[in-house]
Order: sequence, then structure tokens, then C-alpha cells
Amino acid sequence: MGPYMGFRKLSAALDKRLTADAVIETLRDGMTIGIGGWGPRRKPMSLVRAIIRSDLKDLTIVAYGGPEIGMLLASGKVKKLVYGFVSMDFIPADPFFRQVRQSGGVDARELDEGLLQWGLRAAGMRVPFLPTRTGLGSDVMTVNPDFRTVTSPYDDGEVLLAMPAIHLDVALLHANVADRLGNTLVQGADPYFDEYYARAAERTYVSAEKVVERIAVDADTAKANRYERCFVTGVVEAPGGAHPTSNPDDYGWDVKALKAYAAAADAEDGWQGYRDTVIGDSEADYFERFGGTDAVSAIPLPVF
Amino acid sequence: MTDEYTLADVAIVACADAFRGNGEIIASAFGAIPRVGAGLAKLTHTPELMMTDGEAFLVEEPRVIGGKVETPELSGYMNYSRVFDIVWSGRRHVMIGPLQIDRWGQTNLSAIGDYNSPKIAMLGMRGLPGNSINHINSMYAGHHSKRMFVEGEVDVVCGVGYNPDRWAPGMNRDAVDMRRIVTNLCVMDFEGPDHAIRVRSLHPGVTFDQVQEATGFPLLRADDLGESPPPTPEEMTVIERLDPKNTRASAFKENPTFRRN
Repeated sequence: MGPYMGFRKLSAALDKRLTADAVIETLRDGMTIGIGGWGPRRKPMSLVRAIIRSDLKDLTIVAYGGPEIGMLLASGKVKKLVYGFVSMDFIPADPFFRQVRQSGGVDARELDEGLLQWGLRAAGMRVPFLPTRTGLGSDVMTVNPDFRTVTSPYDDGEVLLAMPAIHLDVALLHANVADRLGNTLVQGADPYFDEYYARAAERTYVSAEKVVERIAVDADTAKANRYERCFVTGVVEAPGGAHPTSNPDDYGWDVKALKAYAAAADAEDGWQGYRDTVIGDSEADYFERFGGTDAVSAIPLPVF
Repeated sequence: MTDEYTLADVAIVACADAFRGNGEIIASAFGAIPRVGAGLAKLTHTPELMMTDGEAFLVEEPRVIGGKVETPELSGYMNYSRVFDIVWSGRRHVMIGPLQIDRWGQTNLSAIGDYNSPKIAMLGMRGLPGNSINHINSMYAGHHSKRMFVEGEVDVVCGVGYNPDRWAPGMNRDAVDMRRIVTNLCVMDFEGPDHAIRVRSLHPGVTFDQVQEATGFPLLRADDLGESPPPTPEEMTVIERLDPKNTRASAFKENPTFRRN
């Protein structure tokens, strides 16, 4: 497919490619950052590792948490955590998350999973809240003391939770393919809630297995475009960038690497040991420890 | 055909019974015993049940535990976003294994102790607040104890229940529908006065007093309290098909074998 007539102009006007370091340059202490994916699935881990290697601090993190949460907590980056859960599936409870939670080291705002997307959707729709029954009667209301109820203005008069919009300064997402314009393809069977993070955020950065000049695909493949490029501020090429989490359909999660991460919590040098010997100083160093990005990208998908 | 069955098989039949007659709703079950139970329900008395492959698709053939299906036959799509839509629509019955359960049917999957600096932090609230206020819920406890069935309220109320103090005027709790609790000792329900928990059946060799002794709140005795039924030979065949590697055998600390009379 040749470029259509206006592509040259568009391509010149929109070039959203940048490096992970350039993304980090745009972040500030105290920002609210949403991280896409779900548990050990499709986490933008290259960008997360870049945060860990930076001086950033006092962040509010919003996520359906996987290993990135324990890592960010253990490295002292997080002041407040807004989450439905933190889990790596086959390792149900992340030991670093547990350590920090149990020491009272984070302002933990637990939510029902459905409420988290509801708050993101409210932000994306630019309304202050969305009503729901979910959360009423539970400790969602006590561990989030800022939550209020609202009474239906109709004859039913029902009292509902007014789930406040979750505004993000920045969303960090991972995709299979991106192009320089900010179009993305997320090809796994489940898009999770990435699109709602993108629309709830002031700025969204997407890392992708590969960044191409232009995504030009058939109608079926185009369905894997889950959010619109107007919400994508920048794209970062990061082959293996979800490792050790999965990025279906490209690769599965790295069971051995996730087990080693969990085991580090019990090691004598704990997080610092993992930070120094695994996260290291660069992505090049990181992937060298796992046999390179090609080896990581060949990890088979899990069978359920 | 052997005449023997184990405690795990009895618990599976009890889990299956929780889904009996539920019709066209999503049956979600977590843990080996509930999972096999839900599959058993679908393959025997309640074929209308809907199930997922554990990831993003609907299937009509329940997943086999630990089995690899190269090309599963998919009947539909059920990504997480649609799971939330289904939860809020009420067309679902979930069976979960929480950390704590209280006399009001409230459940905890978040933390033991003080929420802000808990003794044990676990996963978080997950979908419990939404599940419990929107659709049918059942529970599974592999180790029936006072630590599971706590004396007062659960430490963090994730799943709501029938505690009147938790509800303000105008809140709609019509969809709160707690059905069964299956443990290694017995089956309980919420069919007492004001949804009080009753022991509905006792697993072979277990007494009511034993169950009461292991529970942190007073239990009622169902009028027709009897023994939890053993699997029929047909059910046993289905159980073995759904759990060919016998993972269910390690679900309980002890898994005694019984003989059919």
C-alpha cells in the first residue's frame, strides 16, 4: 500500500517517536500516573524500569497491579496507590507489595476492580463522577474517605456511590505495534482497560514491540486499534518491553523471572540486590541478563 | 467402577449444587474444588450455565484442570470489560475463597488486621464489592476454622452481606444474594431468620458440634440437616474427566476416602 497523498504532510507534522529517557524527562515528582495492563499482563515494564532508575518520587500510581507495583513501592517511588488488586496470578500476593503495605509505607486506596474503570471513564468523559451501586456497604467507602454518595433525582430516590473521576497526569501503556503518528495495535485477546487510561490522561506514552512508519492494515487487524491516536502523546520502541509480564500474542510472562523477583523479597539484600543485579543501569543490561530481547520475545503464552 | 469417593468429591458435588437451577448466567469459580464443581453443574443438572476459558472467551465445554486444549472451541467473547458489564447486570454467580467470612456473609480478601498497617496484606478487594452487591455469591473455605469464620466483622469488608449497620436509607441492596458456603466440614446457607447462617448438611463423619466449635459465631441447624450427598457414579465420571490429574486430592489437609453403601 503506497502512502496516500496527504501522508507525507501528516507524517512530517506528527512524529511522536521518543525514547524512554525522554518520557521520564517529562515526568515530575508527585504526578498521578496510570499504568495499563492487568496483573502480570501487558505492563509497560521498560517505562516502569526507567522510572525506577530515575530520581522521581512521591508518585500516585493507578493500576490493576502486577509486578510493577511491588517494584515501584520497593524503590520508594510511590506515595499513594489507587488499585483494585496487586497480583501475579500464579504468585497470588506480591511479597514486595506485602512488605510495604504491612509496614504502612503507602497511602493505599483500594477499590473494587469495576470502580477503577468507572473512575477512569468519568475522567475520560470529563464528568466529575459516575453513579453506581458498587462499593456501597463495603469498606471501599471507609478506605477512600473522600468518596461521597448521590441521591437519584428521579422518583426512585436511590442513594448511589458517586465514583469520582480518576484524572491522570500521565498514562503509560504497552502495545504490540505503534506508528510514528501514535496509532497503536494491541493484539492480545483482551484489551483490558488501556483505552480508559488513555482517555483519562493529560498525556499518554505507549511503548511498543516495534514502532513502524505507518500502520496500514486490513479491517480485521484494525480492530486491534483500541484507542485513538489523539490520546497518544508519544511512542517508544521497546522490544520485549513488557517483560517479565506477558504481551499477547507476542510472548507470555516469564515464570522464572517472576519467581526470581518474588524470591528476592526474602533475600538478604532484598530489593537493593534485585535493583542492582537485575534492573541494573539500562535496558540493554537488563535484557542481556535474560538472553536478549529475542529470547524474551520467544517465551510461549501461558495455557489456562 | 470403584465404590470409593473422597471428601474432595463430596465438596465438589456440594459446590455444583450451589449452581443448580441458576439458568443462563455466568458461573465463575475460583480454586480447584469450586471450579470442578461449577463444571460438574454445567455437565449434569444445569447445562444452561455460561463459562469462560479463564481468559477472554466463552466456552460450552468447561475447562479441564491442568489440561491443555490445543484448539478450544469458543462460543463467544468475554474480556474483562465485559465481565464488569455482566457483574453489574446481575447475570453471574461467583464462588470465591476469601480470607475471612463473617456471620453476615461479608467477606475479606484484602488484609488481616488494621487496614493501614495490616498484619497480613493480601491481594486487595478485587471484584468483591461489585460482585456482592450485584449478583449471586457463594463461598468456599478449604479449612473451616475460627480464623476463617470470625467472631465479629471481617477485618476489611470487601464483599458486602446482610449486616444492617452497613447500609444507609435509600441504598438498594435487593440484589445481595448469598447462597452457599462449602467447607471441608459442611455446607452452610443463609436461609435462617434474617439470613442467619445455617448448617445445611454435614460431610460424612462430621458432627454439628464439631462445626460449631470451628466457627466464631453461633450457627443454626437446618430442620432437615443430614449428610452431604456422595457423588453418583455419573457425577464421579464427570469429576474425573474435569480433574484427570486428581489435583482435588490435595485441596484439603486431610482427604479421607469413603465407601458407597
